Amino acid sequence: MTEPDPAPERPASQPRAQRPMPQPPAQRPMPRQPAQRPASQPGPPRPSAETNEAVERAYRDAYGSVLATLIRFLGGDFDAAEEALADVFATALETWPRDGIPASPAAWLTTAARNRALDAIRRDRRQADKLAALQQELTVTEVASMQLGTEGGLEDDRLRLIFTCCHPALPLDARVALTLRTLGGLTTPEIARAFLVPEATLAQRLVRAKRKIRQARIPYRVPRAEELPERLDSVLATLYLVFNEGYLASAGATAVRHELCTEAIRLAAIVADLLPDRPETHGLLALLLLQDSRREARVGADGSIALLEEQDRSRWDRAEIARGLAALDRGFAAAARLSHASVGRYLLQASIAAEHARTLDGRSTDWRAIATLYEALARIDPSPIVELNRAVAIAQADGPAAGLGLLDGLAARGQLDGYHLLPAARADLLRRLGRLPEAAAEYQRALALSDNDAERRFLQRRLAETRS
Amino acid sequence: MRYMLLIYSEEAQPDAASGDPPEIPPAWLEYTEWLLKEGYHSAGEQLAGSSSATTVRVRDGNRLVTDGPYTETKEVLGGYYIVDCDNLDEALEAAARCPGALYGSIEVRPIVGMAMPG
Repeated sequence: MTEPDPAPERPASQPRAQRPMPQPPAQRPMPRQPAQRPASQPGPPRPSAETNEAVERAYRDAYGSVLATLIRFLGGDFDAAEEALADVFATALETWPRDGIPASPAAWLTTAARNRALDAIRRDRRQADKLAALQQELTVTEVASMQLGTEGGLEDDRLRLIFTCCHPALPLDARVALTLRTLGGLTTPEIARAFLVPEATLAQRLVRAKRKIRQARIPYRVPRAEELPERLDSVLATLYLVFNEGYLASAGATAVRHELCTEAIRLAAIVADLLPDRPETHGLLALLLLQDSRREARVGADGSIALLEEQDRSRWDRAEIARGLAALDRGFAAAARLSHASVGRYLLQASIAAEHARTLDGRSTDWRAIATLYEALARIDPSPIVELNRAVAIAQADGPAAGLGLLDGLAARGQLDGYHLLPAARADLLRRLGRLPEAAAEYQRALALSDNDAERRFLQRRLAETRS
Repeated sequence: MRYMLLIYSEEAQPDAASGDPPEIPPAWLEYTEWLLKEGYHSAGEQLAGSSSATTVRVRDGNRLVTDGPYTETKEVLGGYYIVDCDNLDEALEAAARCPGALYGSIEVRPIVGMAMPG
């Protein structure tokens, strides 16, 4: 059984910054004319660059939080909230040029969308009961929570939305899609393009997720303190996946995919702002910023991935590094206020990224510190991939032979069979030890296992070097 | 909102002589008491072993009766509770406290209200 996605979306086919404004549907009645119109402005008001920009800015800054409030107001009805909000953005394009830009665009949008949603419910007689229930609730809660100046209320709503979208009862791909659609305000076509899936697939994913929220009654609330660790893990993992999808991708429209990185960083910053006493929120933000700072230097002119040691570090984004290091400090400060066990995988991974970010020349990298951080990471997350990275760090600190021993152990355990980075790492150490024929064989094994074009170009380049 | 907690696990070996399932450990009784105390408990039953199951299908008007449970998986449905909770998070909390969650798995399914005849 299939359902159409009933939520209208703002049209978009360009990167966010230059995206066209949402257009009012053709059948929408023209706004009422003011009784008196200055002679110099005949005809209906025309959107000016200024008001267009104001609506666009409101979309960028407020879409997620206004939607979050609306969903709560509508008792968890995502579709009705999205529909009402899309409507009022179109209305804003008509009325802001005439009436001026509201002092608080978010408050204006919330009030207008709430009224729009109530009108829609009134029109639908079948929902009469729902209206009665909502009005009942209105009298009790409206003054307290729909007052729009109260930032606390809006922030709580945004947290509710984040935790609902990232509920572990939803499949990971649905969490990702829902988070980007509702909190990020990305359109279904945009998300589909970024994840290289057909639009219909992505739309289905969203419909199913919203249906499960409704049918299983996933609550629209912030988890209680004792649930928070598990639930926050799910939120952070979702955002990290969004980032990696944009960061690791080499194929497809790279500009669209980089939007995923930007969006993940923006959302991670919001989560860190909303939950400042949870160390890992800062850890994730720091990790994303520090990784993203290398993006420009990471891909060579020929499209191949440049390894850390080969990157032109002058192309690293110093401003992003500074923001990342500041987030890292906030994370460790928050961890110090809690227990020692509160330093988790994101703070540790960010610390590793920070070790690299702090050394501009690359030669003074403290590989000993990095190996120790990987060791700590392995205690939390005992995965063979962490072991692989630790082996590489030890090779840098103690020489290729020491690293190769660890890699041989990993290869013998067979856990990374089929993973191209193991033969790639062995090849690199063998090359540095001057064992070129063995290195060439390992590069070939890695090539046979990799399906990433940029990585394959890198491996082919190295393979050619071992043979020259 | 009512949810069914379907309790799946590998089956305990039935008593060799009688074929009866082994006695219910006290943890289950404590759990049922907790559900009652919280006001969650709506129903709950242990099922006899899967070796006692019979499966019926009707295809083209023909009744097909076969021995055993429908699926051939290691984990079988051993029992269920129906709980009345405000939302999924409450139901998940109730499921997590179920003794079966420690060695098997609990599937949590919302119950769709069905109009009863008469």
